[in-house]
Amino acid sequence: MATKLKPVDVVTIGIGMTGSILARELVKKGLKVVGLERGRYVDTVPDFQSPNMHDELRYAVRKGMMQDNTKETVTARNNLDETALPIRRWDSFLPGTGLGGAMNHWNGQTFRFQVADFIYKTHIEKRYGKNFLDPDLQIQDWGVTYDELEPHFDRFEYLCGTSGTAGNIKGKKQAGGNPFEAWRSRGYPTPAMKEPYFAALFRKAANELGYSPYPQPSSNLSQNYTNPEGMKLFTCSFCGFCERFGCEHFAKSSPQTIIYPVLASHSNYEPRFGCQVLKINLDSDKKKAVSVSYVDSAGREFEQPADLILLTAFSINNVRMMLLSRIGTPYDPKTGEGVVGRNYAYQTMSSAQVFYDENTNINPFMASGANGTMIDDFGGDNFDHGKHKFIGGSYIGAIMTNGRPIEFHPTPPGTPAWGLEWKKAVARHYNHTVALNVHGSSTASRGNYLDLDPTYKDAWGLPLLRITFDFPDNDIRMANFVTEKAKGIAQQMKGKTFVATPRAKSWTTTVYQTTHNTGGAVMGSDPKTSVVNRYLQSWDVPNLFVVGASAFPQNSCYNPTGTVGALTYWAADAIVNKYLKNPGKLVT
Amino acid sequence: MGDKESKDSGLTRREAIIAATSGLLVAALPVTQAEAQAVKHAAKAPKAGASPGKKKNVYIFLNKNEAAFIEAAVARLIPADDQWGGAIEADVPNYFDKQLGGSWGAGERLYRSGPWKAGTKTQGYQLPYTPAELFRTALKAIDTDLKKTPFAKMSTADQDAYLHKLEKEDIDLGGVPSKVFFSSLLQMTMEGFFSDPVYGGNRDMLSWRMIGFPGAYGSYYDIVDKHGIKIDRAPLSLAEDAAGMIHQHPNIPAKQ
Ligand SMILES: Cc1cc2nc3c(=O)[nH]c(=O)nc-3n(C[C@H](O)[C@H](O)[C@H](O)COP(=O)(O)OP(=O)(O)OC[C@H]3O[C@@H](n4cnc5c(N)ncnc54)[C@H](O)[C@@H]3O)c2cc1C
Repeated sequence: MATKLKPVDVVTIGIGMTGSILARELVKKGLKVVGLERGRYVDTVPDFQSPNMHDELRYAVRKGMMQDNTKETVTARNNLDETALPIRRWDSFLPGTGLGGAMNHWNGQTFRFQVADFIYKTHIEKRYGKNFLDPDLQIQDWGVTYDELEPHFDRFEYLCGTSGTAGNIKGKKQAGGNPFEAWRSRGYPTPAMKEPYFAALFRKAANELGYSPYPQPSSNLSQNYTNPEGMKLFTCSFCGFCERFGCEHFAKSSPQTIIYPVLASHSNYEPRFGCQVLKINLDSDKKKAVSVSYVDSAGREFEQPADLILLTAFSINNVRMMLLSRIGTPYDPKTGEGVVGRNYAYQTMSSAQVFYDENTNINPFMASGANGTMIDDFGGDNFDHGKHKFIGGSYIGAIMTNGRPIEFHPTPPGTPAWGLEWKKAVARHYNHTVALNVHGSSTASRGNYLDLDPTYKDAWGLPLLRITFDFPDNDIRMANFVTEKAKGIAQQMKGKTFVATPRAKSWTTTVYQTTHNTGGAVMGSDPKTSVVNRYLQSWDVPNLFVVGASAFPQNSCYNPTGTVGALTYWAADAIVNKYLKNPGKLVT
Repeated sequence: MGDKESKDSGLTRREAIIAATSGLLVAALPVTQAEAQAVKHAAKAPKAGASPGKKKNVYIFLNKNEAAFIEAAVARLIPADDQWGGAIEADVPNYFDKQLGGSWGAGERLYRSGPWKAGTKTQGYQLPYTPAELFRTALKAIDTDLKKTPFAKMSTADQDAYLHKLEKEDIDLGGVPSKVFFSSLLQMTMEGFFSDPVYGGNRDMLSWRMIGFPGAYGSYYDIVDKHGIKIDRAPLSLAEDAAGMIHQHPNIPAKQ
């Protein structure tokens, strides 16, 4: 029997970035907020300290900070005709757990999506006509515009102390920044990071080809910074242990460094760790959420009643919780009806490599999670797609995050996978190779979706989430096109040899791509094609907000967290200034 | 790259660092201490091609036959050459023994509920075996397959041919597809060769010295924009104490 607890005003499911920011906005208003987090309490000191943190095997290879998939994983298949099987070891993407969520071990590459991204369907149809799209694609508008989100992007970047060079302040182009970027009301809070050698080599080649290189915006900070919450961040030391690792230096923005200590200092905030939420409970007519059920780390069951429930458990976990709680109609890929699980998208990645002579020391180990130089000339809809017969794009950049040798020991094409030749090639090329990232959009399509697996269960006996995904043909054509452009830059970088690896079907669970899983509980203005309204409020259960990349109707070519942060502040603003004053549907 | 370790004295290397970085070297330690360590290391670092068999491994997991296969196999996957030792010199079999006998071998971070189905090649590992069970099962089958001449007794050419067969063909090793076994073998060999020495492989940071990876150093802020400089410092293990001693923990689990 579950112990029924005293009601509180608000519960957040998860204490990652979205859960921390929302809780902070609500405790400020005097509400009693409980944060339920399945993972443990972790903090920079003592959990992320050097030298222990600099352990590639433990954290990067064995995924020491990620969700424990012995308890809970997902199943995956490429299409409806296959049987989904569990991802038994994380590889393709790496969900986080514990206080701070995935932002503890993210890279800090902090982008804003573009103006056109938010009105994607309208924009594409206007520019290329209604018949331009492959019939299997189902792109949509977000129901919110860039202009509405701009103050919230700004707020999130100032919370993170994001380092960068602005390209467009209030419509005026800025030298050194990205000429394609959407307008911003002011510059970045801190200047761009130092440019490492690999990035400088890329910049030179990109300039020579007439592209517009700019420093990647980074939430690994270029200098000491105090954010508007009074939290102090320090200069990144380029230690090369960033993605997949916690930051020992307080240089990477994560909930512990940017907001959580302030949140935890409120007496009306109560975090509870080791608490796995199993379900959101509804009242008898299914129009109101009344409580959440959870199990603590000792296996004891609790029911926590609350007036307002915030689902902030990471994109795919948000969708699973909706399905487990039977909120909203599940999407059916055969009929195209239903919404929960619809428009799941990912990121379409490809790459190129340049191999230099032995005198060119790249020193790939001097790196941070986000200190590259890149171009947006082939991002989004920044170029005319008219003759290309695909939509979407990719950014291209030299963004090397590390030189950790289990994962990084590049060899030129044609090198055997092991043996003497392999070994000599590794010794020869390790410090003399530059890798280029081609980071592409992911277009929502009819057959890609999320639902509950019919067979496999988690440690609590509940069905796992099932991912059905493959790269749509549109995205393969897009990735091929942009990878060719990356190849051109690689050639211009004038190493001894270069190679480009385009994206091929099918999506595989065995190779890390990104943890940019999006969609499944998408936002919009039509309840027939969206799960939440423009304020991220559930259409069916108005005292539930579902916040995270689950709200993206399709994925842009930029890393998602800047946009997730902006949506979080946008939702917080709506909750505080609209919902609390008049609890109920914010859009009818 | 070349065998700088055995040719240059520690002092020359230290001078090279200072010259290259104009004294701006900043690590987790103050400059002088870091430098002192670098010198100590270089003095201690054995010749790269140190002969195998000097240190006899005591195995806690691998039995005699298993150890014989692993030792012979990793020596082919990463052989010694005239400049640098290979997997044997780096103690990779020791890494295997500790990993397979520890929590990794027991299946940590492995979702282990059935039903078990082979799956497509995009679906990843789908066998019911833990790594320890996988190796035990496959190595037993290989012993049976090679009854006449055990792997360790073959010529190196025959060993390579057999490894290629495991890698490329669909051989059933007592229920373990040989391709799955081979990829586990290769992956663990890479791990044992390149990971921090605390895990029992990468002895004397051999692979790090070979490629020029400085190891667990904490900061390059002052030199990241000194483009193209040669970083020739002795690498640092995360478990080195102030005296430059590496403490090996037989089994640091990845799980928290
Ligand atoms: C290796 C890696 C690198 C990345 N790099 C970048 C990057 O450079 N740029 C970028 O934009 N993005 C990056 N990301 C993505 C970024 O980390 C996420 O977008 C961001 O963390 C999402 O925040 P969130 O609050 O939605 O989810 P999370 O940070 O995952 O927080 C969700 C929390 O909810 C908890 N939770 C889940 N289910 C339950 C439950 N049932 N009960 C209780 N608690 C639960 C989880 O344990 C977790 O702590 C990266 C991610 C990874 C893994």
